[in-house]
This record gives sequence, C-alpha cells and structure tokens, in this order.
Amino acid sequence: MKGMSVTLKPAAPAPALPRFRAHFVFGGLLLLFTALVVRSLYLQWIDNEFLQGQGFSRYSRAIELPAHRGRIVDRSGEPLAISTPVKSIWAFPGQVEATPGQLARLAQVLETTPQALAKKLGDGSDFVFLAKQIPPEVADRVAALKIKGVHDQNEYRRFYPAGETMSHILGFTGDHDIGQEGIELTQQEWLGGKPGSRRVIINRRGEVVEDVEAIRAPQAGRDLALAIDTRLQYLAFRELKAAVEANRAKAGGLVILDVQSGEILALANWPTYNPNSRNRVAREKMRNRALTDVFEPGSTMKPFTIASALDSGQIRPDTVIQTAPGTLTLGPNTIHDAHPNGALTVEQVIQKSSNVGAAKIALSLPPATLWQTLSDAGFGTAPNIGFPGEVAGRLRPAKTWKPIEQATMAYGHGISVNLVQLARAYTVFASDGELKPASLLKGGGPVAGRAVVRPETAIAVRRMLELAVLPGGTAPKAQVPGYRVAGKTGTAHKLEGRGYTNKYVSSFVGFAPASHPRLIVAVMIDEPSAGAYFGGEVAAPVFSSVMGSALRMLGASPDAPQDNMILPPEGSQIHEET
Amino acid sequence: MVRVNILLLAVLVLCALSLVTSRHQARKLFVELEREQANARGFETEFGQLQLEQSTWAMPVRVEKIAREQLRMQLPGPGRIEIVSAGASR
Repeated sequence: MKGMSVTLKPAAPAPALPRFRAHFVFGGLLLLFTALVVRSLYLQWIDNEFLQGQGFSRYSRAIELPAHRGRIVDRSGEPLAISTPVKSIWAFPGQVEATPGQLARLAQVLETTPQALAKKLGDGSDFVFLAKQIPPEVADRVAALKIKGVHDQNEYRRFYPAGETMSHILGFTGDHDIGQEGIELTQQEWLGGKPGSRRVIINRRGEVVEDVEAIRAPQAGRDLALAIDTRLQYLAFRELKAAVEANRAKAGGLVILDVQSGEILALANWPTYNPNSRNRVAREKMRNRALTDVFEPGSTMKPFTIASALDSGQIRPDTVIQTAPGTLTLGPNTIHDAHPNGALTVEQVIQKSSNVGAAKIALSLPPATLWQTLSDAGFGTAPNIGFPGEVAGRLRPAKTWKPIEQATMAYGHGISVNLVQLARAYTVFASDGELKPASLLKGGGPVAGRAVVRPETAIAVRRMLELAVLPGGTAPKAQVPGYRVAGKTGTAHKLEGRGYTNKYVSSFVGFAPASHPRLIVAVMIDEPSAGAYFGGEVAAPVFSSVMGSALRMLGASPDAPQDNMILPPEGSQIHEET
Repeated sequence: MVRVNILLLAVLVLCALSLVTSRHQARKLFVELEREQANARGFETEFGQLQLEQSTWAMPVRVEKIAREQLRMQLPGPGRIEIVSAGASR
C-alpha cells in the first residue's frame, strides 16, 4: 500500500453539549407530558360527556317496544277488527347489489315477476316499497336472501272479518294504524296503543344482554265492545241489500235498536265497501248514511203530532176529525189526501195516515207545544252516539213557524231527521213515554230515559200504530208471524233544489212484540225506482223479515199465534199518503 | 399479620370470582328471558291471527251460504213452527 499512510488519530473527545440544551429538551418533554396528563384528567373528570356518550352508544341501544291497537268486538265478543303485525319490504334502489339469481328468488318469494321487480328498482326514485304489509314469515324469507340494500320494517295491519257488512260503523285505520273513519276515529284514544322504549346493552353479535332501564313502558290499546250483534247486523245487511236491489233504489239504511237499553244492535247501509281492500272506493260509498244524511221523514212523524195533542189533552183517541173533502187550504197552499176519507177518529188518522187529519190536529196546538214534543223526542239535536259527522237534522224554532209549516210538519215535511234519530224517537212509544239514549257501545242493560209524554199517551199511540199494520192500515206487509207489531209507514217526496220532486224516500219504523216491545227496526229506502214507492210496499216487507228473524234469533216469546198474519185480499189497494 | 393478609386476599379473590360468575349467570338468564318474551309476543300475534281466521270462517255470510247451498237447509215456514210455552201443563 504504497503512498498510503494510515494514521490512527486518537478519538476526539465528544463535544460537550451545552447543558441548557438537555434541560430544554427535558423540559419540553415534561411540558408535553404534563399537557397530556392535564388533557386526560380534563377529559376524565370535567368534559367527560361526549366520550362517555360515544362509548355508551357502542354497546347500548334504545329499542322500540311496539304496542298493539285494541280489538273491536261485538256484544258477544266476536272480533270485528284485529291488528296483526306485518312487514313491509323497501329498498334504496341505488344501493341494491343483487345477482340476477337473487332477484329471481326475491321475485319468487314476493310472488311477482323479476321484470316487475327490476322495473321498480330501476325507475330512478330514491326509495321504493317492494312489498307492502306482507306476512312476517314471508318477510323472514326475504331477509334470509341477504340482499344488500333491501330492508324491512315492522308495521301493523288491521283486518275486518265482517267486511262490507259492517264497514260504515267500524270505519278504518290509516298509516301507523291510526283511526281515520267511524268508531276507529272517535275511539282512537281508547283503542290506540302508545309504543314504549327501553335501553339495553347489546353484545358484539347484536344480541341484547342486559336491560338497563325502561324509558317508557309500552301501553297496549284497550279492547272495545260495541253494542252491535254480528248476527243481527248480517241479517239487517242482507235484507237491506236485497230490498235496495229489488227496488232499484239509490241507497238505503236500516237500524235495529234495543228498546230497553237504547243500544244499536245493527246499523246497515247500502251502498257499502270492503274495508279490507279499499283502494279506489268512492267517498260516497263510505258515508254512514244512517247517521250523516238527513231526509224528510214523511208520515213516520205523524205519531209525534198525535202524541203531542193527546198529551196536552187537546184530543182523545176517539175524537172525530173531519177530513172531507180530502183537502185543507191554508192561504195559498193546499194540503191533499190522495185518498179522501171523510170523518175519521184520531186512531184512524194514524191507521189511514191522513195528511189533512194530522194537519188539523197540529193546527189545534200552540206551536210551542208541538215544538217541545218534537224537540224532546230528539229531533233537531244530534243523537250524540260518538260517531264522526253525526247530523242534528232540522227543526226550526216554533216562533218562526207559519201555519202552513206547522201543518206540513205534522206529516213530516219541513223537518229533517237521520235514521238513527228517527229509530230512537220511537223509543217514546215502545217504552212508556221515555226517550232512551241511543248508544253504539255495549252498555250494562236497561237505561233510564227522559220522559217525553205521559205513559197513557204512549200506550194509546202504540195501539194506533198496531192498527196501522193490520188490514185497513197502510202497512199490512209489515206483519210478522207469531208477533204483534206496531209501526208507521212514511213516503216522502224528495226535496231537491227549490221544490219537491217525484222521487221518494220510503220508510218504515216499528217495534215488536207490541205487548212488550223489545226491538225497534227503522228502514229507509232512498229513491225506489222499480214501480212501487209507498213505504208500506217498499220498506214494510223489509221490516217484517228483519223483525221476524231478529226476534226469533233473540228468542223473544211470541205474543200472537203463528197464523196471525191477515193480509188483505190480492189486488186490493193500499191507501197511503205521500 | 401476614396470615390475615393472605386470608383476606383469598376472600377477595373468591368474592371477585363469584361476582364474575353471578354477572355471567345474570346475563345468561336475561338472554333466556328475552327469548321467552319474544316467544310470548309471537304467540300473541299468532293468537290474534287465529282469532281472525276463526271469525272469518264463522261469519254469518259464509255459514248461511254453506247451510243453504251445501246442506240444503231452510227456515221453517210459519205452519211448521210449534210454540211450546214454558210451565204449561199438559
């Protein structure tokens, strides 16, 4: 190694760091460390809320506890409306990742075609329901497919086993099982449950391992018992439907009332709808006409005029009223009897349904007396039975009555009522002069009513009403085998626009057994257009079949022999006023 | 002194272990309770569905249809009804 010299120099002594630098670094580290400690102390004891919250949310969950909506049952406990859990399947189309095979399987489970499914997912919306309100088992099978982006949610669906026969009373629920119509709406507070929630601790797999606290206990809705008797309701519905169809009528209503308790045992309407599938049902069909529509009652109002006069001592059942020549002129107006009768007793005025007779009796009364009786019988005030949209009908104050109005009101024109109101008013004659409060809910038996007329008056009118259904009266077709029946027909011209038309409302209200009244049945047929339109021709037969079957179903003991029906000879005309 | 300490330590360990077991036990029981409650809810649901089914089968519309069409039943006419009054002596 020529020319190269290696010199080993002694190691130079390490340059001594200035002490202050070491101190500086040490001090700096200490400061940082202190800062860390202070921060951690701060987070631990002072500002600990956020981190604790974060920690908490890793293992604790508030879970929703669903609450059932109460059932609606009839008077014997038959369910009429039940909520059961269902599931709806939804998806964010943008997030769905599925193989064609998965889609085909999904379509199969949901009972649709893959094309329809693909169309739903591809229509560009952010959120779609793939299936609404399907049974939980089906939803579980969907969940088992584990398709990304497809989710389910819990819902309740309400079912109405009675379908169209009872839809008007029950109404229905909308989204989230909240009442929208009928009893479901008015009794929402009672039926509706309040969902609760509680806090739990879950493990890694999402299973609940510990109950921490109940935030809110779920409150299930309560069951509601209606006064309705399912069997009678079906009977009423069937007969009403048959009558409306046979008479080619526009609509109809039928109410069965328990005389002692005022309970509504059946309330049927036509037209109707099926509450279990009510897509595209016209609002028109959803109306509970028996409660929300008024009509001029016609002659079914006469017994109240007579009762008012009897009660005030103005007349007696055998007082003779001259109805000849069948017309009564008041100023510019004339009241007609379509079939002039001559001299009639008060009893015969009801039996033959004479307009002139009823008008003369009404005119012998001070307006205030007649008004008081009608008002006490519940006309002009809503029946108040807890149904949305109940109407009061029209009964104008007595001070504003002109003589012609007082006269027409005597036979049910210039006054309007709804069917439930009319049926309830007849409790005055079916009981001994008391108006019973009507009720849609099941009650605890006989209720006290409010006295409207004296018992003697009620008994006298009841006798007249019995005559009206016998031959010689206006409604022999209302007779029921085995039972004595009392009732009154009504045939009223319909009021449209400014005047009366040649369309009619035919009605019949009556009760049986007459010896000890138990049921009131009121029938109303709107615009019968198959020829017949008298209440005694159209409504009375419905009354007869409903009343007969209802009494038999309830096991009421007959108060007449089975062959008590005396029908007038074929072809004889029934004389009835309109 | 040492003996007492050892004894206390042993007791402490025992206590700690029993706490752990009872805690575990509690969770296990809770999971079970949870499962039973879910079952109960399930049964309640099923009960509702069965009630619904029963009342659907028993609706008068259906009963009457079957009685009339399949069983060929009919209401007896007035002439075929005999009224027996209770308490009437023969």
